[in-house]
Amino acid sequence: MTPQQKITAYRTILTKEILRFGRIWIQTVIPPMITTALYFVIFGKLIGSQIGDMEGFRYMEFIIPGLIMMAVITNSYANVVSSFYSSKFQRHIEEMLVSPVPNYIIILGFVSGGVARGITCGVAVTFVSLLFSPLHIHNLTVIVSIIFLTAVLFSLAGLINAVYAKSFDDISIVPTFVLTPLTYLGGIFYSITMLPGFWQNASMANPILYMINAFRYGFLGVSDISLWASYGISLGFIAALYGYSLWLLRTGKGIRT
Amino acid sequence: MTAALTIRDLRKTYHNGHVALKGISLEVKQGDFFALLGPNGAGKTTAIGIVASLVNKTSGTVSIFGHDIDTDLTAAKSCIGLVPQEFNFNQFEPVEEIVANQAGYYGIARPEARQRTETCLNRLGLWEKRRGMARELSGGMKRRLMIARALVHEPKLLILDEPTAGVDIEIRRSMWAFLQEINANGTTIILTTHYLEEAERLCRNVAILDEGELIENTSTRRLLNTLRMETFVLDIGQPLAQLPAIPQHEVRLVDECTIEADISRDKSLNELFTDLSAHGIKVLSMRNKTNRLEQLFVGLLENNGNGR
Repeated sequence: MTPQQKITAYRTILTKEILRFGRIWIQTVIPPMITTALYFVIFGKLIGSQIGDMEGFRYMEFIIPGLIMMAVITNSYANVVSSFYSSKFQRHIEEMLVSPVPNYIIILGFVSGGVARGITCGVAVTFVSLLFSPLHIHNLTVIVSIIFLTAVLFSLAGLINAVYAKSFDDISIVPTFVLTPLTYLGGIFYSITMLPGFWQNASMANPILYMINAFRYGFLGVSDISLWASYGISLGFIAALYGYSLWLLRTGKGIRT
Repeated sequence: MTAALTIRDLRKTYHNGHVALKGISLEVKQGDFFALLGPNGAGKTTAIGIVASLVNKTSGTVSIFGHDIDTDLTAAKSCIGLVPQEFNFNQFEPVEEIVANQAGYYGIARPEARQRTETCLNRLGLWEKRRGMARELSGGMKRRLMIARALVHEPKLLILDEPTAGVDIEIRRSMWAFLQEINANGTTIILTTHYLEEAERLCRNVAILDEGELIENTSTRRLLNTLRMETFVLDIGQPLAQLPAIPQHEVRLVDECTIEADISRDKSLNELFTDLSAHGIKVLSMRNKTNRLEQLFVGLLENNGNGR
């Protein structure tokens, strides 16, 4: 395929993915807005007013970056895992497998779809947050770059989950038992400096902590973690997951017999 | 001239140990209309899956228009259009999107993809349904949608895995006419089917697989010529209580209005009609008892120890 043909193939997959979640926007974009609004009301307004400041900011302001990031993580992951698994389940992944479109374009197409949904939901949640608190922006470049890297990382993770999944149960196990606990324990609602020494160290093994803190730095200018460590962890995971995804598609694991 | 498809010593053993292909070799010439026949589980779909890159082979080589699938997969894939046995499109996508997206996967830019989609859907009688969801189509329409999708990038080799399974006779015949037309225009076609009448009517060459082995690979005409005896069913004018003795022919009374006759290929049908006329038996109509290819097919399988 020529470079132009590859771009056409990539745009085809990306458009298909965006149309897919766009057609069912009530199931894909609205739920994170409602869930986050509830977090703002309960944790931000009701409980947060009793907590006081956190690292020099009102509790509501402190949790906004984490909640936006949570929407991005769960939605970018959910988009790719459900789309790729459905295409396996209904066997229309074969449309791509019989065509000359290279594996890396298939990965880029699905991942870009996940990024598109993750960021759409992140922006939607940001608008919801404006109903509760004004938004501080400390460093826009950090905000945009870290949200993009996080969406790419979790889209790749969703793709790998979908490749291995053999049933619809398999695509909900990782989000329920791994992703959600790591997200909640990744410092959305608290600073890890509040934790005892052992749990502070244990938290450092959670990659989501690095992303949430870098994102919070972009908004508030405060972080428990070095910004470069956050970028390093994100890029390292992306490289590893991309390489693994490419290998899975090349060997046909879960998609070719 | 380079063959459209060349398969050499192709083997496939699945992870569960099932040996689906035991080293088949065959060649399909450019422009051919080729039938791949065999009972269920013979390995037809596995062979097609390997050619179309949906199944990983265990060993052997496959080349499509001279492009080896191990070394030149992209070029090989560009030559193929596949119509699989099972519906494999997104049931929740509009018909025209399914076809246009397939063109996109082959790198065909959107404006041209739209034009080609219109042409293909029109040719297959689906243009009126273009905005509807694929799940709303009837079974026959879904089959035609898969053919439209396989043709949108104008493949040189079209592979159809039981394309007329479960469709009514009218649609089947219109599909036959359509396939004959695109074959006449230069597209090589490989067809698997359980309707042997379909293979006999459409295909110039035939390969028969059984239990992962190739047991026949020849022209349809040559295969039919090996048939030594044919059984004809004759509908007669007046009811007969008993058949008169006709020693020159193997004839029997099926019911009072129907006779069956086994005719050797070296005998003329005129002789049979002369003998029947001599006994005052008037024949109203005549047909083959079984499809000729079917008769051969069953015979070959029985010889291969797979009588069923």
